[in-house]
Amino acid sequence: MEGFMYPNEVELQWSVLIVLYPFLTGLVAGAFILASLERVFRVEAVKPTYRLALLTALAFLIVAPLPLQLHLGHPERSLEMYLTPHRASAMAMFGFVYLWYLMAVLLLEIWLDYRRDIVLMAQSSTGPKRQLYRLLTLGSYNISPGALHVDDRAGWVITLVGIPSAFLLHGYVGFIFGSVKANPWWSTPMMPVVFLFSAMVSGIALVLLMYMVTSLIRRTAIDMNCLDTIAKYLFYTFVIDFSLEMLDLIHRIYEADESFRSLDFMVHTRLFVSQIVLQIFVGTLTPLVLLALTQFVKFSELVRKRIYALAAILTMIGIFAMRWNVVIGGQLFSKSFLGYTSYKVAFVTKEGLLPAIILLILPFVILYALIKILPPWQAGDAATVQADGID
Amino acid sequence: MSKFEDSGHLARVAAVFLLGVVAFVALRAAVIPKSYGRYGPYRGDALEEITARPLAYAGHDACEGCHSDVLEIKSKGWHAHVNCESCHGPLAKHANDPGSVIPVKPDVAKLCVRCHSENIAKPNGFPQVDAKEHAQGQLCNTCHQPHSPGFDAGGKK
Amino acid sequence: MILNRRQILLLLPAAAVAWDFLVAGTPEEAPSYKMSDHWWGMLLDITKCIGCGSCVRACAMENDVPDGYFRTWVERYHVVDWHIENPLVDSPGGGEEGFPPNSETGGKNFFVPKLCNHCVDSPCTQVCPVGATFHTPDGVVLVDYNYCLGCRYCIQACPYGCRFFHPNRHTAEKCTLCYHRITKGLTTACCEACPTGARQLADLKNPNDPIHAFLKNHTVQVLKPHLATGAKVFYNGLDGSVR
Repeated sequence: MEGFMYPNEVELQWSVLIVLYPFLTGLVAGAFILASLERVFRVEAVKPTYRLALLTALAFLIVAPLPLQLHLGHPERSLEMYLTPHRASAMAMFGFVYLWYLMAVLLLEIWLDYRRDIVLMAQSSTGPKRQLYRLLTLGSYNISPGALHVDDRAGWVITLVGIPSAFLLHGYVGFIFGSVKANPWWSTPMMPVVFLFSAMVSGIALVLLMYMVTSLIRRTAIDMNCLDTIAKYLFYTFVIDFSLEMLDLIHRIYEADESFRSLDFMVHTRLFVSQIVLQIFVGTLTPLVLLALTQFVKFSELVRKRIYALAAILTMIGIFAMRWNVVIGGQLFSKSFLGYTSYKVAFVTKEGLLPAIILLILPFVILYALIKILPPWQAGDAATVQADGID
Repeated sequence: MSKFEDSGHLARVAAVFLLGVVAFVALRAAVIPKSYGRYGPYRGDALEEITARPLAYAGHDACEGCHSDVLEIKSKGWHAHVNCESCHGPLAKHANDPGSVIPVKPDVAKLCVRCHSENIAKPNGFPQVDAKEHAQGQLCNTCHQPHSPGFDAGGKK
Repeated sequence: MILNRRQILLLLPAAAVAWDFLVAGTPEEAPSYKMSDHWWGMLLDITKCIGCGSCVRACAMENDVPDGYFRTWVERYHVVDWHIENPLVDSPGGGEEGFPPNSETGGKNFFVPKLCNHCVDSPCTQVCPVGATFHTPDGVVLVDYNYCLGCRYCIQACPYGCRFFHPNRHTAEKCTLCYHRITKGLTTACCEACPTGARQLADLKNPNDPIHAFLKNHTVQVLKPHLATGAKVFYNGLDGSVR
C-alpha cells in the first residue's frame, strides 16, 4: 500500500473473475449483434457466419455466470436474486435481463433457425443422439414451407427484439459500474455506452477469428466478401468505441475534478502496462491502424487474412485489458484520493488466475459440443476445397 | 387454417415458457422467507437475530449498584466522565455474575499512555506527557490515583 | 421507561426474567423499545478526540470484529498551511492501539474517528441485489448475515470505506451502531469507551436529546456532502482537509 487508504479498502473486493464476467457477456452481445446484421439489416455478405455467431454467443452466455458463482461468498444463496430481487439494484435486475436474453432471445432464435435441421436429424440419427434431437423438436415435426416461413418471420421478430436486448445485456453491466457514485473511475453516464461498443468490438473480432479458425480446421475456403465485411464493421465499431473512450479521457483531463490527480497517477504507475501499453497501444491503436490500412490500401487476400487475424487477436487482448483497467483499476486507488494499493492475483485459488484461464477456455469446449449437435454448416460443405495459405 | 397448423410448434414453445413461469411462481411461494417484507424489502427476522447478540460491555449504569464508593471518588475528579469500562474493558459477564467472573486489573504500563502520551494531534488543552521523561521509569499509579488522577482534587497518593 | 442494568440487579427474580427477555432480543416486543420512536445518528466532536483508539478496541470486543478489519477506525491528519487538498493522513492499524508520535512537526494536526454514517439515502442499500442490507425503521443500516450473498457490491458502493468482507462469514459486514445495545437503552460500545465524550450516540427523534442544541450552536458537517447520502453522523469541527 502507498499513501493513505481507508483501512478496509486495502484489500480488493472484486477479482480477476469479475474482470472476466463483462468480457464474456460483452462477447455474447457483440457476436449476437453481428449475427443480427444479416437477419435484420440484410447484410447478406456475413451470412456464412450467422449460425456460428449465434452458437458462439450461446457458448459464452452459458459460461458467463460461472465466474460470478465462484466469486460469491455464498453461491448457494444466489437464487435469492430471482426470488427476492431488490428492484433498486442494477445487479438484481440484471439477473432477469440475463434470463430474458438467454431464454426468450438466444435459445429461441437458435431453435427457430435450426428447427428444420433438428427435425431432419431427429428422423435420421440413431441412438442417444436421436433422443436428444427428438427432445429438441418439442414434439413438432412440421417443416412444411408454411411452417418454415412462420419460423423465419418469428426469427426476424426475435432478432429485432434481440438487438435492444443485447444492448441491454451488456449496457446493464456498464450501468452496474457507471452508477456507483462512490467511485469516480466508474461513475460516468458514458460507462454503459463505452461497455457496449467495446463489447461489440470484441464480439465481432471473436466471430471473425472463429470463422477463420473453423474454416482452417474444416479445410474450407473462406468467403472473402464475408470476411472483408466483418472486418469493415469491426473497423467502424472500433472507431466509435475509440472516440467514446477518448472523449471520456479528454473530459476527465480537462475538468480535472478532485479525483483526477489520484487517477492520473494511478494510470501512469499501477495501470501503465495494462492501460497505456496493452489497452491503448497494442489493443486499440494498432488494430485500428491495421484495419484502416485494409480499408484504404488494396492488399492481396493472403495479406488481408493475416492482418485481420492479427487485428482481431490484438483487439480481444485490448478489450480484456479494458475490462481489467475498469474493474481492477477502480479498486487500486483510495476513495480518499490519497493512496493506492496493489492487486496480487494468486494462481491456484478460488478466484485466481487458473480458474480464470479455465473459464476462458470452457466456452470453446462448449462451442465445440454445440457445433457437433447443431452444425452451422450444410452437410454438403464438409468435403471441399483446400484452405489456402492461412498460416 | 394451414397458417394455424404451421404455427403449432410456436404454441409448444409458449407452453414450455408458461410451464417455466408457473414453476418459478410456485418456487417463490415455497422458498421465500416468511418474514421478508415485514418492515421493508428485507427479511424481518434479521432484526431479531441481530438484537439477540450478547453484550460485552455492561454500560456505566451497571457499575453503580456495587461500586458506588469508587464512583463517588471518580465523580469529583478529572476522570468523572470516563466510563469504567473505558479502562477496565468489557464487563457485562462480570455484571451478570459478579461473584464468579473476576475482572483482570488493567495493565497500568500500557493503559495510561494510550490516552496521555503526548502527540501533536491531540487537542491542546488535553493533559499529555512524554511518558519516559515524566514517569522516570515508574508506573503512573505510583503518584496518580487512577479514579481521580489530578492532584488538586485530592488524587495524589 | 428504560430498564437499566442496575434496576434489574435490584429487582432480582422478576428482573432476571425480564433481562432474559430483553437479551433474547425482540425489540418491538420488548415493552420499552418501539422502533418508530427513534431515529439514530451519532455526534463526533473532533475538538475532543485524542486518538486513544479506545473506541476501536471496544467495538472489536463488543462485536467480534476480525483482525485487520474495522467497523470503526481513527485517522490522524497533518495539514500544512493552506494545502488543505493534500493532507498527510495515517491510520496505523485503524488507530486500534493509539498512534505513535508523529515525525512531522508544525502544521495543523487532529484525529478523525470514522464509522458507518447510517445514511438515509445510502448507496449501499440501493445496490444490494437481494435486500440483505437495509434500513431499519429506526434509521440504522444493517446487514442480514443469513441472507447476504457475498457479492460485495455494497462494499464497492460505500463512499466512506466503512464496509468490509468478513473473512470467516463470507458476507458483507459493517458497523451496526450496536443495534443490539441501543435497542436495550444502552449506548454503543464505542461511545461507552470514549474517555473524552468525543463520540455520542444521538437519537434525532428524541426532542430532549442534547444533539439538537448542539447542532444549533456549533458548526457541524457530514463527510462527503456532495454525494448526498443523507449521512447521520455529524462532525463538530471537521476541517476542509478531511477526506
